[in-house]
Amino acid sequence: MVPVLVVWLALCLSGTWAVDRSNFKTCDQSSFCKRQRALKPGESPYRALLETMELTNTRLTLQLINDNNKVRLLLELYRLQGNMTRVKINELKPLKPRYEVPDVLVREPPTEPLSVLSQDENGVVLSLGVESQRVIVSAQPFRLDIVEGHNVLMSLNSRGLLAFEHLRMPQPLRRYGAQPLHLPGTTKEEEEKVEEGMWEETFKSHSDSKPNGPSAVSLDFSLPGVEHVYGIPEHADTLRLKTTDNGDPYRLYNLDVFQYELYNPMALYGAVPVMLAHNTQRTTGIFWLNAAETWVDISSNTAGKTVFGKMLDYVQGSSETPQTDVRWISESGIIDVFIMLGPTPKDIFSQYASLTGTQSFPPLSSLGYHQCRWNYNDQEDVRSVDAGFDEHDIPYDFIWLDIEHTDGKRYFTWDPHKFASPKDMLQGLKDKKRNMVAIVDPHIKVDSNYKIHNEIRSRGFYVKNKDGGDYEGWCWPGNAGYPDFTQPDMRAWWASMFSYDQYEGSMDNLYTWNDMNEPSVFNGPEVTMHKDAVHGSWEHRDVHNLYGLYVHRATMEGLIQRSGGVERPFVLTRAFFAGSQRYGAVWTGDNAAEWDHLKISIPMCLSLGLVGISFCGADVGGFFKSPSPELLVRWYQTGAYQPFFRAHAHLDTPRREPWLFGPENTALIREVIRQRYTFLPYWYQLFYHAYRTGEPVMRALWVEYPQDPATFAVDDEFLIGRDLLVHPVTEEGARGVTAFLPGKEEVWFDIHTFQKHNGAQNLYIPVTMSSIPVFQRGGSIIPRKLRVRRSSACMEHDPYTLFVALNTRRTAEGELYIDDGHTFNFDNKEFIHRRLFFSNNVLSSVNVAPEAQFTTKSWIERVVILGASKPRKVTLITAGKLKTAVCNKENKVFNVGCSFQVVLSVLHEQCLKEAPVFRVKIYFALFLFADGHKSQLDFDFDASVSVLTIRKPSMNAGEDWSMALQ
Amino acid sequence: MFWYLLLLWGGISAVEVQRPRGVPLSKRPFYEENKPFTCLDGSRTIPFDRINDDYCDCQDGSDEPGTAACPNGNFHCTNAGFRPTFIPSSHVNDGICDCCDATDEYNSGAECQNTCRELWRKEKESMQKLAEIAKEGFLLKQQLIQEAKRGLEEKQTKLGEVQNSKKDLETNVEALRTAKEAAEQPEKEAKERHLKELLGGVDKVNTAAFETIWSKIREKYVSEVRTQTPSSNTDGPAPVETPQEEVREPVSDNDSEPYPDDDIPEEEDEDEDEDEDEDMDDGDYKVTGFDYILECLPIFTKSLFSSAAQKARNEFEEAERALREVDDQIRNLEKEISFDFGPSSEFAYLYSQCYELTTGEYVYRLCPFNRVSQKPKYGGSETNLGTWGKWAGPEGNVYSVMKYEQGTGCWQGPNRSTTVKLTCGKETVVTSTSEPSRCEYLMEFTSPAVCQEAPDLEVSDIHEEL
Repeated sequence: MVPVLVVWLALCLSGTWAVDRSNFKTCDQSSFCKRQRALKPGESPYRALLETMELTNTRLTLQLINDNNKVRLLLELYRLQGNMTRVKINELKPLKPRYEVPDVLVREPPTEPLSVLSQDENGVVLSLGVESQRVIVSAQPFRLDIVEGHNVLMSLNSRGLLAFEHLRMPQPLRRYGAQPLHLPGTTKEEEEKVEEGMWEETFKSHSDSKPNGPSAVSLDFSLPGVEHVYGIPEHADTLRLKTTDNGDPYRLYNLDVFQYELYNPMALYGAVPVMLAHNTQRTTGIFWLNAAETWVDISSNTAGKTVFGKMLDYVQGSSETPQTDVRWISESGIIDVFIMLGPTPKDIFSQYASLTGTQSFPPLSSLGYHQCRWNYNDQEDVRSVDAGFDEHDIPYDFIWLDIEHTDGKRYFTWDPHKFASPKDMLQGLKDKKRNMVAIVDPHIKVDSNYKIHNEIRSRGFYVKNKDGGDYEGWCWPGNAGYPDFTQPDMRAWWASMFSYDQYEGSMDNLYTWNDMNEPSVFNGPEVTMHKDAVHGSWEHRDVHNLYGLYVHRATMEGLIQRSGGVERPFVLTRAFFAGSQRYGAVWTGDNAAEWDHLKISIPMCLSLGLVGISFCGADVGGFFKSPSPELLVRWYQTGAYQPFFRAHAHLDTPRREPWLFGPENTALIREVIRQRYTFLPYWYQLFYHAYRTGEPVMRALWVEYPQDPATFAVDDEFLIGRDLLVHPVTEEGARGVTAFLPGKEEVWFDIHTFQKHNGAQNLYIPVTMSSIPVFQRGGSIIPRKLRVRRSSACMEHDPYTLFVALNTRRTAEGELYIDDGHTFNFDNKEFIHRRLFFSNNVLSSVNVAPEAQFTTKSWIERVVILGASKPRKVTLITAGKLKTAVCNKENKVFNVGCSFQVVLSVLHEQCLKEAPVFRVKIYFALFLFADGHKSQLDFDFDASVSVLTIRKPSMNAGEDWSMALQ
Repeated sequence: MFWYLLLLWGGISAVEVQRPRGVPLSKRPFYEENKPFTCLDGSRTIPFDRINDDYCDCQDGSDEPGTAACPNGNFHCTNAGFRPTFIPSSHVNDGICDCCDATDEYNSGAECQNTCRELWRKEKESMQKLAEIAKEGFLLKQQLIQEAKRGLEEKQTKLGEVQNSKKDLETNVEALRTAKEAAEQPEKEAKERHLKELLGGVDKVNTAAFETIWSKIREKYVSEVRTQTPSSNTDGPAPVETPQEEVREPVSDNDSEPYPDDDIPEEEDEDEDEDEDEDMDDGDYKVTGFDYILECLPIFTKSLFSSAAQKARNEFEEAERALREVDDQIRNLEKEISFDFGPSSEFAYLYSQCYELTTGEYVYRLCPFNRVSQKPKYGGSETNLGTWGKWAGPEGNVYSVMKYEQGTGCWQGPNRSTTVKLTCGKETVVTSTSEPSRCEYLMEFTSPAVCQEAPDLEVSDIHEEL
């Protein structure tokens, strides 16, 4: 959506198509950033007062003193379960409470005991309990080093850039006598230099009254041995973060940036203050839990040694070690930082997930294709676009309505002329098992005839301005109020507005899209809310980056509640924060129909995946401007292999439904959307996995190949899960692409030609317009549904084809996850989760969730084995009626008369941790003797590509079975 | 189990024909019971029991006509009582009723009703209605063609007449010119004398006058430029209510005139006259001359314009105007005669007409072969949605679509354009308008001129056509 039309007009006249940078602050224009960045390293005024140290079972506390102004801080140090350390720094006695971010952590993180290993006047050494991990607290200057064995993993305040602007009395009070409270811990020495921007700040025509004065916090982190850092989305930049020495820091401040520019550190719509650091030895992470405007500086140099305790000297590594230094600066709140110590990328994902939760498990349909446009004009338009998909035999699951569907931009309403009977329209879609998304933005038209507005106003739910009145700003409806989503009762009320009796014209196949929730305020500073606006007892300054998360959350809760907690919600948001993954999907905002925007969609979604937000996508085709047919086709080919697959277009662009670019392009787009649908079982299983573990669905290569430096900066290709490698064509007129196939041991199979390629090589692939270089990893089994239908729901009962890609050891492993696709019943064990594996020429399906109960009509119609040799015969063994037999746990493994299923289940539990080969050998032995039902299967063997296709084994997808190639 | 009774549609005769599910009668010979089946593309031969066994063996999908197994297959709905049709295999057993005889959902649990007869009844009704319309429309069309023919003949006759009268007029003009020049001779001499005197004394430029005239010219120029550029508010964001309203279009001022003569607008005529008077290209000279004329015109008129010369001049000008009018008439007639009004000029009656449709917000106006416009219902200026471009229907049916192009420019977009789809109707009416894409309008328009020879009401014909 476009933010400020006036800006738009100005742009039109100046003839440019880029962000108007002057609308957004640089670090220099943000007074706290400027102040903090001006600090010189190596001059830390902070000293740890070791005598104040208190150690309880769960935490260590210690006071820090700023020797310049004698203000005392309280340091809290926690060892958290799962190899994490939490460091909290707040004022010991703040003038008034400082904001601590609520609602982001899924719970108070459980702690583990700390113990003192040694202590002297220079510092304390604490044991972190495991693997010889220690924290060294140096007293003067204050510094923390986290050490494992002889390696420093991370140092805090090693450059002495810890800064904590304590709260103080406003200037007038000081000047006019009223002796300020003599703050404990402060003395008369406190003579703060008052700098410009501390008590009032202006930007363009906007003034920030800053009633609390300066309140910034800042801390530096050194990462010895690290040359690659990632994360801190959202930025339109490369996957690997750049150093910021010669420009502005990366900025985290949720903003509606009109026509954003690529490859720079400017803030965008969302903010996740999480950074990952990686080298071949280890991955670590820093989670800076602060929702205020934040800037992150990154510099890289050889480790600079400063003077500190001998303990540290002892463990310090060579001065040759490369090092990355990072510095976080936030405008208000406290320092609350979670140091995740890995050591593997997957450990980081699970550590971060234990703090902020995992990706919500979306309804299966939302993994299909979404057709959006600003705007589908009326019901007839919706009907004809819907019919167009059938006419051209293209599947889709969701059609979207942007702001024009409402009655005058009053959300929760419908335009009475264009959408006179929304239920008829929704029913029409439902009849084809399709769904709709309608937009609901958080700005509320100030209009006394609008029920939503009246209710919010009368309940006092609006955000207040600094003078106590309802805050008002301009947005799509004109003058608008902004509900205070930080208030739980406001969120509860908002959620209740989604119930079918409140949201007129809504039905169960109508879902929601939250746009403009940064929040976007057309006439506000930087197109957002004034920082001195008030949310209860906090300033907007404190909560800014959380606002969008709260909107998303309240909406999601509304969708859950309307179904009585039965149905999974789907809500798309533009603004986000740490934890937003729990509420739904995000997209990368208002991009443009340019090749570079297509390219940047990869690192942007990869970066989000690294910090827990898996359900990410970019507007296919580009939002602004009009794509050439080539760009549009290439974008579909890329988007079909990214998690959230939605085409969207600006109001002023010509129509671009998939069939409007001639039969050839229609065919290309149809083909790739159909490919997407064939992979839905795999996508769904990956999302289930992401929900369970926090591992990203769309993955940077280094996540799977953490020891191969060649993967560390790759962001023109990506993995889906572990087993699909995608290298989209993102160059205009490309005749070929060079894909990096990772893994020395790996082989990769082209999913279209089944050609086999070795790993650890740069492979040149000639391409035509129909080419989408996608490879399946040897060693994997991917379940697909090749019977593509009108929508995902139409494919529910369809059979699976298993694609078994053999590795050099001629083994493969995969999973199959099935549930009803749309309810929370999976949480009550209503699902099928099976492990598929191939070894010693036997392919088997084993139940990995024997406690779960679900039945499916789906069956296995085909098994395609890539890299196979021709067998004499193929025998299928199914459990048949043995399933019901009772098994004595004691004679489980070798009692062949025992229930096949039970044997397998128990076996699995027992052998899960054993080497796969061993496990499979046992099974193999078992299968040969098992008293199951045996049948011979037909097969085809294509010797030219070594592909074995086994015809119609026909067993139910939820069944135990094995298939022997002899 | 894959066999079933088939009722031939129409219900006239019930014939029992056995064939695999989803196979049309015409392809039945390829599916011979208990004989090996060769895929219809000839790619391979498979045992008969693999037909419709829910596994795709043939690349062309021909072995699974009755299941969803093949990605590219087709299922034949017999639709007894209605029209048989093919649906994509992917629609078989997907829980959605596609065939009106419900045969596509034999194993999905979907409860489909047989709606063929009902559909047939409805279709028959609407077909009959359409046929009636077409019939009446076609009769009207014949009249239109006759009228057009007559009109054309009339116009041609008229053209001949006018062309003849033009000759007389030309002669007349020449005669009057001579008379005028003769009458003007004394006046001309006097004028030259005056000019010499006056101009002789004016060799320096009257700068004040120059400024005045220049500023007027500039003002005119600037105001024109301004109306074409959207005004911008650079002082910080000021919201705009809806994007539709963000750009004010320049106002078109001649909405009531159906046929502005695009060749010679009237205003231009006047300009030309003026230009003739001051046929000068040098700026200074022009200014001086203009100034001179301004100052001295009263003197000329009073002292120099002899009434005889004036009379001759008036007569001459009168004759010239008459000639010009005739020229215009000829041009218009020729234009109308040469216009493509369809194969039999059946669309000629639309020329010079306008048709309106009022929607919630706007009044749309279609003036065929001229322009399309839109005007807000509750006041506001008119927007040109395109001027006549061409017939743009598909090959073989070119006269089914009109294209109007080069309307008012869209902000940051193309010029507005309108596609008018014509369908057969007894009346000439704009039935709907929409804007499927920004600034690209679509209008539905009915006219008897599009009606085709009333189709034989024999049902089978309609079926084939559909």
